[in-house]
Amino acid sequence: MKKYTYTDKKDTRSGFGAGIAELGRSNPKVIALCADLVASLKLDTFIKENPERFIQVGIAEANMIGVSAGLALSGYIPYATTFANFGSGRVYDQIRQSVAYSGTNVKICVSHAGLTLGEDGATHQILEDLAMMRAMPEMTVINPCDYNQTKAATIAIADYEGPVYLRFGRPVMPIFTADDQKFEIGKAWTVNEGKDVSIFATGHLVWEAILAGEILEKEGIDAEIINIHTIKPLDNEAILKSASKTRCVVTAEEHQLNGGLGDAVCQLLSRNIPMPVEMVGVNNSFGESGTPAQLMEKYGLNAKSIVESVRKVMARK
Amino acid sequence: MEIQDLKNVGAQVRRDIIRQVHSSQSGHPGGSLGCTDMVVALYFNEMKINENKNAEGFLEFVREGMGEDLFFLSNGHISPLFYSVLARRGYFPISEMSTFRKINSRLQGHPATHEHLPGIRVASGSLGQGLSVACGAAFAKRLRKDDRLVYVMMGDGEQQEGQVWEAVQFAPHHKLDNLIAIIDWNGQQIDGPTEKVMNNLDLKAKYHAFGWETVDLDNGNDMQHVVESLKEAKEKTGKGKPVVILMRTGMGYGVDYMMGTHKWHGAAPNDDQLLVALNQLPETLGDY
Repeated sequence: MKKYTYTDKKDTRSGFGAGIAELGRSNPKVIALCADLVASLKLDTFIKENPERFIQVGIAEANMIGVSAGLALSGYIPYATTFANFGSGRVYDQIRQSVAYSGTNVKICVSHAGLTLGEDGATHQILEDLAMMRAMPEMTVINPCDYNQTKAATIAIADYEGPVYLRFGRPVMPIFTADDQKFEIGKAWTVNEGKDVSIFATGHLVWEAILAGEILEKEGIDAEIINIHTIKPLDNEAILKSASKTRCVVTAEEHQLNGGLGDAVCQLLSRNIPMPVEMVGVNNSFGESGTPAQLMEKYGLNAKSIVESVRKVMARK
Repeated sequence: MEIQDLKNVGAQVRRDIIRQVHSSQSGHPGGSLGCTDMVVALYFNEMKINENKNAEGFLEFVREGMGEDLFFLSNGHISPLFYSVLARRGYFPISEMSTFRKINSRLQGHPATHEHLPGIRVASGSLGQGLSVACGAAFAKRLRKDDRLVYVMMGDGEQQEGQVWEAVQFAPHHKLDNLIAIIDWNGQQIDGPTEKVMNNLDLKAKYHAFGWETVDLDNGNDMQHVVESLKEAKEKTGKGKPVVILMRTGMGYGVDYMMGTHKWHGAAPNDDQLLVALNQLPETLGDY
């Protein structure tokens, strides 16, 4: 098992803030919009340095998506920012008609996704957004795993022409990816090469997968861990290549089991090389208030759950 | 363009609307007929658009539209009007109107960019979104120091959508004084008169309260009045506030049996009804 150490921990939303701050300096077409959550989205530096390229829309997310579409068709690259709950389900029709169907180059960048939002509870803990956005034609869906990767993804999507849903979160997490990484949309990152099982993880669950890999190593299980930061388009080649080698798969995501990464992987495998799959995710329920660690434990979204799923799936080989 | 010439274009556009809707046996003739005079006045008289032609002799369409006045149709169901005006103005062949709402057409039931129909900048149809998009385009024009205007048309029934009021609040806050909204205040929506379905009450007072300049257009089916209202609206731009034209129209205007009723909001005429309608609308520019 490749050793991953870290010296610092930060939230992925701060990676977004750092990325858009850098874009503010390097790309004059980038405009940031926010629906009354500037501090939560870490936009302070961008706004301070580019006040004329920041648009406060107030608590009006539907309008924010429409305004973004208008800016995009006029040649700008709008980054529409809010919480994931308000940037997906609340504005699904606006994204569908004015962004995806209209082919406007809007970047929907959302924080506080999933259970790790914590104490605010289920009203804000969106666990269905990947499913919604995956289902939408012509939408690119990205869920990076740590601060550095979120920063790199934020910068990379400016160079991609088309709608993007970029999802990140609130909890402070180990920074274990390189600070100079080149982010490639749709290109999975092999965290660890192994031969016994493939673990495909996204977002905050990638770190949990690494912890799981270390536990499994002690049991003599050699896990291949792949970071699927881009849910759509899925890196079919990387997934099929790994699964062909290991012949069993575990997926892990901070999302419902319905419609997320696990479903995407199952769809791919069942059409190509059917094999046993176990999925780590939320099983058809809403979340609740609690600390992020308590919630991830209660809803089975941690290294322990991944290890159990690996044992289960290997027994089915 | 002279008023009579604009009226002639309007008559032909109304014929085009009826023929498109009849041919596909679907679509929304009522609002299309009611808004004809305004959209004709915009494209044939008021708006500055890119007059360059492409190799095929059609208007060159650049989606960004810098240096041009822009028009967004938020009430996208009046697409047969939009398509007729765009085709007659020279964006694409008028013969293409025969494909309206049919398979493999660029003339979708509601306007779309997806099939790359020249003249369309954003999809519309799901109501309430156009004003937001127009706000974004107006913001972009200001940032790029482009002094042309952004026009957006909405229905009066559409004012029932919550998103409209998010955008109505946004535009004055950000001082988008290069934006002119036009509301087709025909008092009808699919289920009946708006005052019965969901009363809009006093739209003028509402827009004033939100910080807009307003222009009354008491007869949006009188070309002279339409042209004058656009002039008045334009004079109110550049003064820190967005402008709205409250345009009273008759739904179905120009075809007697369609006028003033919601029954032709989304219904197509049969063969006999087509002939009656066409007899009331002179063929001024030649049918497609």
